Order: sequence, then C-alpha cells, then structure tokens
Amino acid sequence: MSAGGYVTAIPAQTRSWWHDLIGIAVILIAATAGYFLFPDNLALLTRMIAIMLLVLSLDLVTGYCGVATLGHAALFGGGAYAAGIAAAHFGITEPITMIAIGAVGGALAGLISGIVILRGHGLAQLVLSIAIIHLFHEAANKASEYTGGSDGLSGITPDPILGLFEFDLWGRTAYVFGIVLLLLVFILLRILVRSPFGMLCQGIRQDPVRVSAMGASVKLTLIKMYVISGLVAGVGGAFNAVSTQVVGLDSLSFTNSAEALVMLVLGGVGSLYGALIGTVAFVWIEDLVSAANPFHWLTIVGALLIAVVLFAPKGLYGTAATFVERYRRGSK
Amino acid sequence: MTTLFEVDHLQKTFGGLNVTHDVSLTLGKGDRVALIGPNGAGKTTFVNLVTGHLRPDSGKVLMDGEDISTFKPMRRVRAGLVRSFQVTRLFAEMTPEEHVSLAILQRQGKSGRMAGSFQAMPDVMQETYEILETLNLTALGRVPVSEIAYGQQRLLEIALALALRPKVLLLDEPAAGVPHSDTFLIENALAQLPADLAVLMIEHDMDLVFRFAKRVIVLAAGEIIFDGLPVDATNDVRVREVYLGRELINLMEML
Amino acid sequence: MQTFFSIGVDALAYGMILFIISIGLSVTMGLMRVINLAHGAFAMIGGYIASYAARDLGLGYGLAIVIAVLGTIIMAVPLERFLYRRIYGAPELTQVLMTIGITFCVIGLANYVFGPTLKTIPLPAGLQGPVDIGFRTIAAHKLFAIGCGVVVALGLWYLIERTSFGVKLRASVDNTAMAAALGVRTKIVYAASFALAVGLAAFGGVIGAELLPVEPYYALRYMVTFLVVVSVGGAGSIPGALIACLLLGAIDTTGRYLVPEYGEFFFYLAVIAIVWVFPRGLMGRAK
Repeated sequence: MSAGGYVTAIPAQTRSWWHDLIGIAVILIAATAGYFLFPDNLALLTRMIAIMLLVLSLDLVTGYCGVATLGHAALFGGGAYAAGIAAAHFGITEPITMIAIGAVGGALAGLISGIVILRGHGLAQLVLSIAIIHLFHEAANKASEYTGGSDGLSGITPDPILGLFEFDLWGRTAYVFGIVLLLLVFILLRILVRSPFGMLCQGIRQDPVRVSAMGASVKLTLIKMYVISGLVAGVGGAFNAVSTQVVGLDSLSFTNSAEALVMLVLGGVGSLYGALIGTVAFVWIEDLVSAANPFHWLTIVGALLIAVVLFAPKGLYGTAATFVERYRRGSK
Repeated sequence: MTTLFEVDHLQKTFGGLNVTHDVSLTLGKGDRVALIGPNGAGKTTFVNLVTGHLRPDSGKVLMDGEDISTFKPMRRVRAGLVRSFQVTRLFAEMTPEEHVSLAILQRQGKSGRMAGSFQAMPDVMQETYEILETLNLTALGRVPVSEIAYGQQRLLEIALALALRPKVLLLDEPAAGVPHSDTFLIENALAQLPADLAVLMIEHDMDLVFRFAKRVIVLAAGEIIFDGLPVDATNDVRVREVYLGRELINLMEML
Repeated sequence: MQTFFSIGVDALAYGMILFIISIGLSVTMGLMRVINLAHGAFAMIGGYIASYAARDLGLGYGLAIVIAVLGTIIMAVPLERFLYRRIYGAPELTQVLMTIGITFCVIGLANYVFGPTLKTIPLPAGLQGPVDIGFRTIAAHKLFAIGCGVVVALGLWYLIERTSFGVKLRASVDNTAMAAALGVRTKIVYAASFALAVGLAAFGGVIGAELLPVEPYYALRYMVTFLVVVSVGGAGSIPGALIACLLLGAIDTTGRYLVPEYGEFFFYLAVIAIVWVFPRGLMGRAK
C-alpha cells in the first residue's frame, strides 16, 4: 500500500458481505451498551449520532470521491434548518416527516454546493468550498425571520414518534430513534459503496481521466454523490433539530466543517467505519476537555490534526485495518 | 473498404509552433495501421486532438459518417472511439476484475446503478473473465493493480479498451515501458483484437510495427509524409531522411 | 463623488495590504506546491508581536515592525523544517489538514498568550491623522499602506527578475528536479522563499492592523481571502496577485459602503462568482 505520511483511503480488499454484518452487529452492541452504561449521558451519545451522519456524508464525498471540502456543514445545516423551520414556522412536528424534510433540505444544499464546488479543481475547489459555507452561514444569519439569526431557532417541539414514543427528558426516545436512523442509513450506504456507482466514484478518486476515458461523466457522477451526501447530512441535521429541539448557526459554520473533517481523518477516510469511530473518539475527547475554554479546544484539535497527519495518516480504523491485513498475509 | 473513421485536414498551432499540419487519414473496418515518426513529430498530440482532449484550430473528425469534432472526450468514447494511454492510467487500489467489470457496466449504461455488487451479476463476471483470459490476466484478477507488474498493467489497459467494444481503437505506444522479453505478450494481445475493429497504433518498436501493421503512416514535424505499405515505408526516401537525416543517407550511399 | 473617492482609497489601501500579505503565499504555493491555509496565521503573529512591542514595551513603530517580522520568521523556520517539509508533494487533503492544524494551534496559542480581545498597534505621530494630497485628504496610514504595497511589488519584481536568487527561484518553480540537477540548492531556495513569504505576511499584518484588526480569529477570518488571491491571481504571478487583490479590495470595500448589512454575504457571493468565471485563475493557469 502507498507509503509515507499521506492520508489515503483504506483499500477495499475486504469486500465480503459478512464483514458488513459483523460491523452492523458491533454497532448494535455498542449502541445497546451505550444505552445501559451511560443512562445519564444519552444527550451526548445522541449528539454523537447526529454528527456521525454528518461525518458519514463527508466520507462519501471526500473518502470515496476524493473531493477535499471545508464546506460540508452546509449540507448538515441545510437539513437542520429545513426541519427546524418546518416545525417552528409551519407546524410540521411529526418527527419522521421532519427527518424527510431535512433530508430534502440537505439534498438541495448538497446539489448547490456540489455544482459550485465542482466548478474548480485543486485550490479553486477548496476556495469555493470555504466560500460556500460562509455564504450559507451569512444567508442563515440574515434570514433571521425564519432562522432566528444568531439567537438560533427554537420552539421545535416534535410529536411522539408514530404517535407512541414521546420524547422524554432523559433523551431515551431520541437515542433509540437515532440508532434506528443511523443503522438504516449505514446499511444503505454500505450497499451504495459496493454498487457500480460506488465503484465509479472510487475510480474518480483514483484517476478521473481514466474514468472519462471509459465514457463516464465525472462531473455528473460527483454531483449525484453530492446529492446523496446531502440526503445523509440532512437526515443528521434534522435529527439534531429533533433531538435537541434547537438549531443554531454553528451547525452552518466553517469550524463545524473543519471538525467533521478532523473526525473523518481521525477515524480513517474511505471506509464508513472510520467515520463512525472517528466521531466517537473526537466527541468523547471533546467532552472530556469541555471544561476548558474554546480556544484551548481549538489548540487541541489543531495538535490532533498535525499528529494524525504525521503519525497515523490512515486514521484509527485504517491503521488497525492495515495491521490486520498484514497479519493475515504474514501468517499465510 | 468502408470508411469507419475519418480525419480531415486537422490543424493545430501552439504559439508559433505548427504541431499538426493538415493531417488527414481514414480508417476502415479491420484496419491495422501503425503511426510512426521521430520523437516530437506530434503523434501523441494527434491522438489528443482526435480524442477531444485538445481542440484543433481547424479540421474535422468523423466516426461512421457522423461529425464528432465538437464532442467532448467522454462522448467520443460512447461513439466508439477508445484510446489507451502511453503511461498507464489505472486505478491503483482496484483489481483487474473490478477494472474490466466497471468498463463493461459503463458500456452497458449500468455504471450509475446504486445497488448490487457486480460480483453478483453473472453475465458481467463471465464477460470480465473472458476478456481477462484473452490477455492471460485471469490469475491476477483479484490482485490490486499497484501490485502487478508494469507489463501486465499495459495488458490491462488493452483489456479495458476491449471491454468497451470500440469501433476504432487508438493505442498509444502499448509496448512502452514493457521489458523487451515481454513484448510478445502485447503482440499476442493485439492478435486477439476483434477482426472488424479498426486499430491505429503508435509505436517506436519497429519489430512490433512490422509484425502488426498492414499499413504504415509516418508523421514528421506535424505532417504526414507517408501512408502506405510497411515494406514501402522502409524504401521511401522521405521516410529515411526523416529518421536518418540527409547527411547519414549521403554517407550510406557513398559507402 | 466623495463616496466614490473614499471607496477608491479604501479599496486601494485594503488591496495593497492583501497584496503584501498574499504575495508570499502566492510565491510559496507556486514554488513548493503546498496549499498553506496557515499563511494568515503568520500575518496575525506579526500583528501580535508588533502590538506587544509597541504597546507593552513602548518601542517605536519602526522598531516594532522589524521585531515583528524577524520574530515571525524565527517562529516559522522550525515549522518549515519539521512540519511543512513533510508535506511537500503530498496529496491535497494531507496539506489542507496539516496547515489547518497549524492554524488552529496558532489561534489557540495566541488567545492563551494575548487573550481574546482585539489588539491595536499604536501608530507613530507621522501616520496618524489625515494627509492633504491637494484635492482631497486621505488617512495617513492608508497612504502608507498603498506606498508600501507599491514598494513591495517593485522590490519583489526586481528580486525575482533581476537577481541571481530570482533566477534560482524561477528555475526551481519551473522544474525543481532539473534545477537541483543543475546545482541549485533547492532546499535553501525553499527555506529562503518561505522566510521571505512569512516575513512579508508579518509585515502586512502589522501595517494593515487598522484595516484588518488583530484578534485570535484573524487567521480564519481572512483565510478565504488570501486563498482567493492566489487562486484567481495564479500561484507565482506578481501581476496576477496584484490584480486579484485590487479586485477583492474593491469588492469588499464597495460591499461594506453600499450594502453594509449584507456586506459579508455579498463578498462571498462575489468570491464564488469570480472563481466561477476564472476557475483556472485570471492568467488561465491551472494550479
């Protein structure tokens, strides 16, 4: 595999179905453990789930398609505000509908972001991604009638799910709802990355010229992936709105985008599992350090990034996967 | 011969340099043509112009009578014009099986499918392994490309071209970078190409050229100076001049 | 008419400050091919050092500038040696991550050492107040900024086009391996160019402190702006950077004068529009 401190995607060599079944089983077990081990901390775990969806969506675009973007929070925030506005201003408080609306909002944000960002390559692409997150942020800031501006959007009171499960103060309903959403999305994404479309995207990351020499449209494929990514991020944003009952401008911030990228790289790009692990590690560390003021946290994030690039470019999951692969090959 | 592929008075100038000067040629079904010429003659530029990676100043490209001059590269591939690259362009982390299957799926218009693994599609897998078999790559089917030898990577490039079922195939130095002992692999692969496919091959390896080509086109300084039988090419005065230089020929004739 | 003139002067001053800060980024991007998101952080460090020197130590403005530039370079040298060298030639994502990490660390440390408030750099008497140029008056520090910008542009042009260092620099930009094979000590060229870039950034950070206030989020706030200059102007091009800076200066200033409530929104929209129209930069060069 490629040498040096480069942040590379994890090789798609382990491709058997039952790897995924094991993976899903692990997620279920971890989720159940979380429920029983941290009953007073479910709000934190629920927040983790929402962010996992954002980081998963980022993995699609960065890990699988190779688009480096610092503006991905726009898709998350698009979903969050769509769901929040639907609830607070239009009285749509049925949770599953809110999630659906959020997905559409995220997809729309994804479409716009994708079209803008893919206009450039290299530095221009990065610049466009930064510009677009700031643009979305400012737009939300100014449209304060709908979004609440810098005060945030509150007054989101979701109905009981399916009319039966009320959102309780301990966050149990929200947590289980989140796990179900996460598993559904995750399973669909595993199917997606194995599909011909998924392979095409990975091809685009590895050599876009070869892809168009095969007769496939690179730009169209990437935009489709951006829309899918928007659906996922939108679900995450909407879930965040439903579970915390508030939507803030920070969901549309550059810092949010950058942190999502840190989480993804920390866990390992290009595997979906890395996205999950990276989020858990990062949010957990953040919680530990949360007593410190925001600037200390920023320094820690920065140091973490530098450390990952220098010492563990494949991330936690990627490095582990490489060890396992080498062990398997060595013992043959 | 029914004309399958036609290039009409192609012209390209870079700054003050005329890299392609009034180049015209035609290819028919089953043609086996070699495009040769000294370094810097403009052969790869020609391929880039014809495949749509470079825009010509004037001139036309026609496929099956259809004017494809304004088509983007991707559209030309779909029209049946496929090229291979002088320096291998493959997906380092994917296996030959995945490469060929992806090409097949793309040809079938199924590469946008968002569910179902290609390994569960029996017709795709069968065709994939048929193609890999023709090029002796079956054993390496599931090895990532970054781990297979360069000569075999070149073969995979040809396999990809085959999978796309082109009408016209442009091979840009298929034997480049391959150790001389392995050139026969490339030759065997070329022999397996479908009979009605028109093939234009750029090459420097003269042995390969003369064994493969039924027609030779010589490009020098952006111009075609010869278009005819291989054996006549070696005897043509202009060709010899371009390769050997006027003074050396004088010397040879003197000795 | 008065407004037009005011916008013009402000835009020119702002554009020149951007130029002084960004030209270093443009050169190092063209040379080392590193996407350096931390460049703004160096400008910020320069501003902080100058503020400390001038306000807390009571030193003169000129001396503060010198200390700021030297201090920033001294801090940047180990960064180049131990961090940047590891990412030359690395894939884009790797460079983005590393340099964002550096940026975050610098912001955090700046806040830790200097606190979150805005830092001013007291101007010397000569630069305070307005200057009468005949038909109008301009703030002296803006005129100073414009003047410095012109000097930097000319100085750099001279350095790159007329000196032997410039020849080596241009050769290394064109083809590093070849230049090294011809005997150019490319590592030294890199290090010297990096020091120059950082020094210029620090200088710009100091003299631009009236227009770009020094506070911990400075490095993030103007990150896009510096990157757009390089993207639109083309890495390594002095005229390109100059045009891009003046353009951005004009847009930002016009926005702030005419639509102050939507200033930022307008600015980012304009950035997207410019990059959309010139995805390969003004000069048509790809990255």
